[in-house]
Amino acid sequence: MPLLEVRDLKVRVEDNEILHGLTLTVNPGEVHAIMGPNGSGKSTLSHVIAGKPGYEVTDGQILFRGEDLLEMDPDERAAKGVFLAFQYPVEIPGVATMNFLRTALNAQRKARGESEYSTPDFLKKVREVAKSLNIPQDMLKRGVNVGFSGGEKKRNEILQMALFEPAVCILDEMDSGLDIDALRIAADGVNALRSPDRAMVVITHYQRLLNYIVPDFVHVMSKGRVVKSGGKDLALELEASGYTQFEDAA
Amino acid sequence: MNVVLAKNETGRALSDSFAVARDRLPGGGKVAEARNTAFEAYERVGLPHRRLEEWKYTDLRALMREVPPLAAAPDAAALKQAAAAVKLQAIKGARRLVLVDGVFAPKLSELEGLEKGVTVRTLRDVLETGDAALQTQLFTPDNANPMVALNSAMMTDGVVIEIANGVVLKQPLQVIHAASGATPAAIYTRSLLRLGKDTGATLVESYIAAEGAKAYQSHDSLVVAIGDNSRLDHVRLVEDGRDAFNISSAVITLGAHAHFNTFGMTSGAAVSRYQATITFAGEGSRVETNGVNLLNGRQHADTTLFMDHAVPHCASREVFRAVVDDRGHSVFQGRIIVRPDAQKTDAKMMTRALLLSDDAEADNKPELEIFADDVTCGHGATTGALDESLLFYLRARGLSEKEAQALLIQAFVGEAIESIVNDDLRELAIAAAQRWLEARA
Repeated sequence: MPLLEVRDLKVRVEDNEILHGLTLTVNPGEVHAIMGPNGSGKSTLSHVIAGKPGYEVTDGQILFRGEDLLEMDPDERAAKGVFLAFQYPVEIPGVATMNFLRTALNAQRKARGESEYSTPDFLKKVREVAKSLNIPQDMLKRGVNVGFSGGEKKRNEILQMALFEPAVCILDEMDSGLDIDALRIAADGVNALRSPDRAMVVITHYQRLLNYIVPDFVHVMSKGRVVKSGGKDLALELEASGYTQFEDAA
Repeated sequence: MNVVLAKNETGRALSDSFAVARDRLPGGGKVAEARNTAFEAYERVGLPHRRLEEWKYTDLRALMREVPPLAAAPDAAALKQAAAAVKLQAIKGARRLVLVDGVFAPKLSELEGLEKGVTVRTLRDVLETGDAALQTQLFTPDNANPMVALNSAMMTDGVVIEIANGVVLKQPLQVIHAASGATPAAIYTRSLLRLGKDTGATLVESYIAAEGAKAYQSHDSLVVAIGDNSRLDHVRLVEDGRDAFNISSAVITLGAHAHFNTFGMTSGAAVSRYQATITFAGEGSRVETNGVNLLNGRQHADTTLFMDHAVPHCASREVFRAVVDDRGHSVFQGRIIVRPDAQKTDAKMMTRALLLSDDAEADNKPELEIFADDVTCGHGATTGALDESLLFYLRARGLSEKEAQALLIQAFVGEAIESIVNDDLRELAIAAAQRWLEARA
């Protein structure tokens, strides 16, 4: 069974239809890249999968392991194993990162009927992951993302991904605002999480990120639809020729 | 007009109540005279109403309607009821003073290990046998406030604590006001804390009710004098029963180079009003006042602060946070006066309200009256809802709607709670906030 199936999805925001019948099938172990120009609906897709309010699904389905994802609250989706790495992670003053991580992890485990992590186990796990992502300990004591640089915010997203061990990771424009070194650290973090059980959907405007996170499939989105799918070479082709051809095609 | 107001039904019922209670109230001679004067002052206005500017948002005539008879002294059953509630609040190591239904309860109190140079007496004792100066000090709160006048007339018991020069207390003084709530009744307490020069103390006041308490009224008043070079840390937690009224006032005076750090949180009571007057009487002193209201249902909580910069070179900071759900109503009135001589005053006030429902209300009234020309004064206020983008981020990480809200509410009030220096007291405040959050979940 596919992990994630998006079937003929139509989504509107107020009076504008953003997605006009999008279909995407993601199997365990696969890495899919979704590329496309600004305004093609890439971020809308990621938001609708995660359950962000403000979007109206007028037609189609999203199935996660065969279950109707659209019937679930965002927190239920998270507990089931859907993870969205935000393009712009929010700052939450007054909520210490460590406290947030523990609350979120235990909320997910509780929802799945699993026991909560003991404090030593939790701390050990966070420290290990933080170290591998070059996240200093004092960052974990600060408010969530408060005063973090762009790179630190993205690394904090990957830290959460590593902790929560989701089945599907949606990475929304992970490369935006990152310099080449920050991008490499973030990409290494993502690659370390690739596994036969886990799938990733990497949303990006630029081919550059795909040099680091090499996809199995590349989909080109334009005007709310997937207009072309192919292997990793499609990304290189796009880099050479640009998106214009697809805008005409759509 | 005054006569008319005094003749309303409420006024008459209370007059009878005062007449009946008079014989049970401690103190003769001058004390009894002062009580009569105070009661006359109360009767001239009666319960405050919205046409009085200071009570514009808290119309006690509409909210309270009447004042029930004076509570009976607690019997064994009432003490037992209260003991269970007291247990939850007790801080380990603190010197604990418990008032049950407005009467000092020695068996629930714990004064062992009290430092030398500290004297603790009950209000009853001081009014009956104390010296004239102390009795006069107990009557310093101004009868111009009718609820203070009523308290002066009816005060039954309380604690009177004096700290001698040079004494620094290592453990907090904890005063617990517990209502057994066996019958709807009115409780009148007054306490006095006098810190000499070069002293230090921590005072925590908790207002609580036994389980299943009825609609009692708690009327309390606190008089504090902080001597030169002294520091008082003060925490005040109102967790009265959900049908209760808490009408309290405080009068605080600081000497020179003194420091007063105070935190107040109201999460209980149906209707509450806390009116504090803080006066800088000596130069070089500092006050930090932090407050939190956590309200839901139809709770109404009013904090009215009057910061009187009477002398130069003093600083004051006021931080107030309100979280209001359902049809709750939070009121903050902050008045700062900088008198003509009070040059180099540094006074700031910041209030923020978080409204969790469409029917929630938060009123904020800052008043700055500045008569000196070389001062720094400022105030700011914001009101808003929880940030949707933060809520979604938390929910996308697995927190339920209530959990996400709770985490953001904790963060919102956290800044004020963090101002509490003593770890045990901060924990006590966090636990009280937690109880409110859990009750709404």
